[in-house]
Amino acid sequence: MTIRKTLARLALTAAAGLLTLPAWAEESGWAQLNLPKGVTDISRKIYGLHMKIFWVCVVIGIVVFGVMIWSLVAFRKSKGAVPDTTMVHNTRVEVVWTIVPVIILIAMAVPAARTLIEIEDTTKTGLNIKVTGFQWGWEYEYLDEGVSYYSHLDRASDAARELGSGIDPTTVPHYLLNVDHPLVVPNGVKVRLLITGADVIHSWWVKDLGIKKDAIPGFVNEAWFKIDDDFTGMLRGNCAELCGRDHGFMPIVVDVRSKADFDSWLKSTAAGQKQAAAPAAPAAAPSAPPATAAATAAASG
Amino acid sequence: MAEHHAHAAAHADHDHKPHGWRRWVYATNHKDIGTMYLVFACIMFFVGGAMAMVIRLELFQPGMQFVDPQFFNSMTTMHALIMIFGAVMPGWTGLANWMIPMQVGAPDMALPRLNNFSFWILPFAFTLLLSSLFVPGGAPAGGWTMYPPLVLQNGASFPMLIFAVHLMGASSILGAINIVVTIMNMRAPGITLLRMPLFVWTWLITAYLLIAVMPVLAGAVTMLLTDHFFGTTFFTAAGGGDPVMFQHIFWFFGHPEVYILILPAFGIISEIIPTFSRKPLFGYETMVYAVASIAFLSFIVWAHHMFTVGMPLAAQLFFMLSTMLIAVPTGVKVFNWTATMWRGSLSFEPPMLFALAFLFLFTIGGFSGLMCGIVPADYQYQDTYFVVAHFHYVLVPGAIFAMMAGVYYWLPKWTGKMYDLKLATWHFWLSAIFVNVLFFPQHFLGLAGMPRRIPDYAVQFTDWNMVSSIGGFFFGAAQVLFPIVIIKCIRSGQPVGNRAWEGAHGLEWELPSPPPYHSWTTPPSDAVIARGAEH
Repeated sequence: MTIRKTLARLALTAAAGLLTLPAWAEESGWAQLNLPKGVTDISRKIYGLHMKIFWVCVVIGIVVFGVMIWSLVAFRKSKGAVPDTTMVHNTRVEVVWTIVPVIILIAMAVPAARTLIEIEDTTKTGLNIKVTGFQWGWEYEYLDEGVSYYSHLDRASDAARELGSGIDPTTVPHYLLNVDHPLVVPNGVKVRLLITGADVIHSWWVKDLGIKKDAIPGFVNEAWFKIDDDFTGMLRGNCAELCGRDHGFMPIVVDVRSKADFDSWLKSTAAGQKQAAAPAAPAAAPSAPPATAAATAAASG
Repeated sequence: MAEHHAHAAAHADHDHKPHGWRRWVYATNHKDIGTMYLVFACIMFFVGGAMAMVIRLELFQPGMQFVDPQFFNSMTTMHALIMIFGAVMPGWTGLANWMIPMQVGAPDMALPRLNNFSFWILPFAFTLLLSSLFVPGGAPAGGWTMYPPLVLQNGASFPMLIFAVHLMGASSILGAINIVVTIMNMRAPGITLLRMPLFVWTWLITAYLLIAVMPVLAGAVTMLLTDHFFGTTFFTAAGGGDPVMFQHIFWFFGHPEVYILILPAFGIISEIIPTFSRKPLFGYETMVYAVASIAFLSFIVWAHHMFTVGMPLAAQLFFMLSTMLIAVPTGVKVFNWTATMWRGSLSFEPPMLFALAFLFLFTIGGFSGLMCGIVPADYQYQDTYFVVAHFHYVLVPGAIFAMMAGVYYWLPKWTGKMYDLKLATWHFWLSAIFVNVLFFPQHFLGLAGMPRRIPDYAVQFTDWNMVSSIGGFFFGAAQVLFPIVIIKCIRSGQPVGNRAWEGAHGLEWELPSPPPYHSWTTPPSDAVIARGAEH
């Protein structure tokens, strides 16, 4: 009796919680529950496919779970249900529930294949960037302009993530999703990424671009994106393939700028890197692009 | 000869079993070996579970509070290896050992000494694997998938991992051979293939899958070993090798492996739902064909685990379509189980409760699996918590719940005693509620962008990680009830008759509870077989 009462109270609490759910979801945003639509045509198509297959599953779920729950309620021994032991098979029904899923699957496969074909079309690109994953960070190389630099987890996150650092991660802006030098790209241009790995396999993933591509030593994988003309700002992602101790600490930040801003950034960075390289030894590592650090700091504020 | 036979018959009911430790170390009896497998699986379930608790503890809030990232990676790696090879696979083999001879009318397994060997390999394999926690460099931390080049960076634990996997594989292959030989040769006259219980059918197909793919795994890890120690470059790009080839070989093993973990569950659910619906299984033959089709398809879908490695478009399309096809036979099974309950007479004892939770929650895991099959969408799901949620839904409320359902179903048969139904029902409700608190939020985390296998995360993922961890702690704690119910049953359960459950059917329920040491020393007569099949 007391157990039943406790359960009833629990159920009431849960129901109250569910009623307040919409308000709560509003507050925290769908960003915590669902894929983002992203900032490219492809990422929105992927989002569309995701939602389509999700609703297909929901509808099938309502029907199947509905029948199951109906059986649990209607055919209880305690309610005096008598089993119909002659019901052992029914060819017509079995054919129907084999054919109907096949039709649904074909209806899903066609748009998925169409989007996939589009994703794989890496022709007619305007900018080529080589992305190299290493333990633990990324190197970006603008192939035609001779600009290259490394991108690591930013200092603030790096200090806070140490075991027992005593720093509250909530006080660090973009904790674990911020880097020292983000990848700078223009909007409205079809950018091709040539992705590879230096040591072990990594995976370059920015969900707002709808791109996740493995960075594999000995392979060069291709991916492309064309960001909406009107979008500027920061996109954040992670390495998505286990790559050792600091796999969780090699984020990706993409700094999206207008074409003009990007061009001037690229020009000044190229000049800066040439200057830095000139007096130094030939084997000098590529230096940091001057403009990005300030941009990151501004964006994270 | 005649004298020997007469002698054997006269002593049929005598156990002739050695006593003390010899009974277990020299065991050749299918029930003793089955018990050892199940106890071993249960111990490994708690060891692997303890590692999961470490994972959920570190992920309770952002920032690193308890463990080093390298140790965290060891925990995820070891948790997977122990749960897959130590808990689920030996658990199924234990149930097969106990039930298959009883269900096909045989006195024992066909190859009893091989049976002893295949069990006793396991404690050595897992001692080797677990002792790697204490060697320089720590336990394997490259993920249970052992992808090179990362796995080659493991320290002293690397060869221990490889040899432990070899031992587990050898044990599985031997166990599978024994099961195939038993089913093919030891069936009582009258038990034709299409009269076998579904559990026997699913295990027959599982055993063939094991024999087909465990050698592939052994080959893959041997190539890793020679890459590491003998200068070969199978998977090293610098020497002309191909790291992606490992993934293809691994998943050619890995996908059938997934069905090795779940097909026996299908068999158990197909036994339990008819029993507690008091109605024959709907579409028995389609169920058999569905399992066979799933097993066939499992060999041509492997690359859906690696859509992001950069395969040609044609390959991606092929693997997308073949993957989606799996939904058809799987759907047929779910529909048939539902139809079995339709117009039945249902009661809700613990085995049925676990089977029903399987039915609902495995279906949810199936839905997320279907979503993962859509390649462009999978680019967003791959290696995120969405995938973690997906495979835990099919493995925990899928495989593990089915195994618990099986134990609760047959425990009265094994012990001759009924367990505490109330306590087992508590075990069920706590498990069923908290497994969802544990894994459902992980769908949200994955979609919102949290990668898997990370020890720390961005602060926006905090809420759902906390919920998931709380679910994990309660789920873990609830599992302690499982051995308590079993021990209490053995010590002080109430005696039960041959048919422990009103609606039970099948040959095992024609034997006394507990069954004699050698199950069917004379094959069951047609009358007994017919009575066993009655509803």
